[in-house]
Amino acid sequence: MTDTILDVRGLSVDIATAGGVLHAVRDISLKVERGKTLCVVGESGCGKSMTSLAIMDLLPKGARRSAAALSFAGEDLSRAPGKRFNALRGNRMAMIFQEPMTALNPAYTIGDQLAEPYRLHRGASAAQARDRAVYLLDKVGIASPAERLGQYPHQLSGGLRQRVMIAMALMCEPELLIADEPTTALDVTIQAQILRLLADLQKEFGVAIMLITHDLGVVARIADRVAVMYAGQVVEEGPAAALFSDPRHPYTRGLLDCIPVPGRTARGGRLGAIPGVVPSLVGEVHGCSFRDRCPHARPVCAEDPPAREVDGHRWRCILEKAA
Amino acid sequence: MIAYIVKRLGLALLVALAVSALAFFLIRLSGDVATAIAGEGARQEDLDIIRQTYGLDRPLVVQYLSWLWQTLRGDFGTSIYFKTDVSSLVLAKLPVTLLLGLTSLLFALVISIPLGVLAAVYSNSWIDRLALGVAVVGQALPNFFFALCLVMLFSITLRWLPVSGSSTWLHFVMPTIALGYYVAPAFMRLIRAGMIEVLSADYIRTARAKGLPARTVIFKHALRNAVVPVVALTAVQLGFLLGGSVVIETIFALDGLGYLAYQSITYKDFPVMQVIVLLLSVIYVLLTLASDIANAWLDPRIRVA
Ligand SMILES: Nc1ncnc2c1ncn2[C@@H]1O[C@H](COP(=O)(O)OP(=O)(O)OP(=O)(O)O)[C@@H](O)[C@H]1O
Ligand code: SF4
Ligand SMILES: [Mg+2]
Repeated sequence: MTDTILDVRGLSVDIATAGGVLHAVRDISLKVERGKTLCVVGESGCGKSMTSLAIMDLLPKGARRSAAALSFAGEDLSRAPGKRFNALRGNRMAMIFQEPMTALNPAYTIGDQLAEPYRLHRGASAAQARDRAVYLLDKVGIASPAERLGQYPHQLSGGLRQRVMIAMALMCEPELLIADEPTTALDVTIQAQILRLLADLQKEFGVAIMLITHDLGVVARIADRVAVMYAGQVVEEGPAAALFSDPRHPYTRGLLDCIPVPGRTARGGRLGAIPGVVPSLVGEVHGCSFRDRCPHARPVCAEDPPAREVDGHRWRCILEKAA
Repeated sequence: MIAYIVKRLGLALLVALAVSALAFFLIRLSGDVATAIAGEGARQEDLDIIRQTYGLDRPLVVQYLSWLWQTLRGDFGTSIYFKTDVSSLVLAKLPVTLLLGLTSLLFALVISIPLGVLAAVYSNSWIDRLALGVAVVGQALPNFFFALCLVMLFSITLRWLPVSGSSTWLHFVMPTIALGYYVAPAFMRLIRAGMIEVLSADYIRTARAKGLPARTVIFKHALRNAVVPVVALTAVQLGFLLGGSVVIETIFALDGLGYLAYQSITYKDFPVMQVIVLLLSVIYVLLTLASDIANAWLDPRIRVA
């Protein structure tokens, strides 16, 4: 058994739009180690959701994935049929989404929706699925779980629904949990609770987490590794400590400079305060896509910057290190 | 929920009452009852006698109220043409029409649900366009014309089905298809639109993220939500079916309420007309009520208030 649960190489996502092909994700590589947390950060629209949906084979109509390798627990899924993903999704890899208010089906009870993946993948009986659901609802901090099973999503608050979503994702003890901005839609206090919950559950169940977030404070606290995305590319990726103490890419630098310092970052630090706009991803894109906003930009930046690596810390820039 | 039903039931009664009044005055405006009873070219004295005997010389409002009073007591009057009491006449025909309404509704649902779902799942593909074509033809063809096409094909060319009558289930096949195809397009469009909307909902992505096979995602998670407005439409369409059954039953000489309505209009059989209108409006109002209740029950946000 390898230590790497997810190894993505050369992943691209193209979306057919009226204006031409939009290269939402461009040739990115990511790794998630078993039981560890990878945080993916970047401005809105940089391709974080498309990346996670591509990994789960959940891309919307019109979006196409291509990858050199998409290996999950050592198995390359880059050319696997939809059926193979059906067998893995909700079972060994699970996902929770940004909008807990709409992520649950309004027509079915919590209990029914929780039981579904367990009965499907484990062939469990209704009673077994019920026991498992009660156990997990309790684990995610929901009081009187047995009574919740008969309730409908509209009877639950956003925070409770996200807890239900987490419990649902954990029903089959997945090895990988992808969380796409799981707290963005929630109150600040609830956000903190949910993130603490995710960290606790990781310790207890050893699930690897790929967490997409805007919140650098969260990243600083729970990430083992961090990937910084910009305009569909991973511009920098490395161990969290190295990335925070020694950011190499000017964009990462800009992000870290945007937020107050204590221990380098504070909770609630938001991205996107760097002046300038992201280039269009429609059609061919050449050179460093950050060059319109980069304080260090120079003519050579119009060519694709080299991929650099030091001790597992990777970045793409003509510079060894941003001054 | 109970209070809601009681309130709706009261409203339903009022609507039925209003319709009966409206129908009463409209029917009276359309012709003279005394002439209908005595026959064309009757002498003036005869007409006067008839008017007096039947109370037709009283003001219309009084006549309506007395008709209403009798009707409420269960006395529906006597048919001018058939010379039997209207209630037994109508009761004898009602099952045929209800049966036809039910089978055509089923037929409409059986073709429109799969077509609507397919059109939504493969939206903008050739399947979608084919389904759309079927719907457009259904809506554009007058149903008597479509019925005649069916007769040409199944009775005259293929000799598979009887042209007219209502003695065996074979007699119901063509009327069912003709009537069902007439209302199917509305269902199909609604299901297609509903499914397209629902399929892009977040909870469908959640369902797929659980690894559920496509058929479970489509039929359990999507259709269940897309079908809610269909229930409301069902009542409206049943109304159309009842109306459409006048034409279809007449074409196929299917001995139901629709055919009776046609006959009563032809023979100016006012008492029969009046009762049929009342009965149809009561049925329609009750159906609407039933669909509202079903709707409330289908939506947990209303049911579990
Ligand atoms: N259905 C779609 N059709 C066309 N373009 C899309 C579609 N969905 C996303 N995109 C584009 O793909 C790019 C990447 O979007 P994505 O949702 O992955 O961004 P994101 O990083 O998750 O942003 P956010 O932080 O706002 O969630 C964006 O430029 C977006 O405009
Ligand atoms: S490649 Fe050039 S423009 Fe891009 S980040 Fe590095 S210095 Fe800036
Ligand atoms: Mg997103």
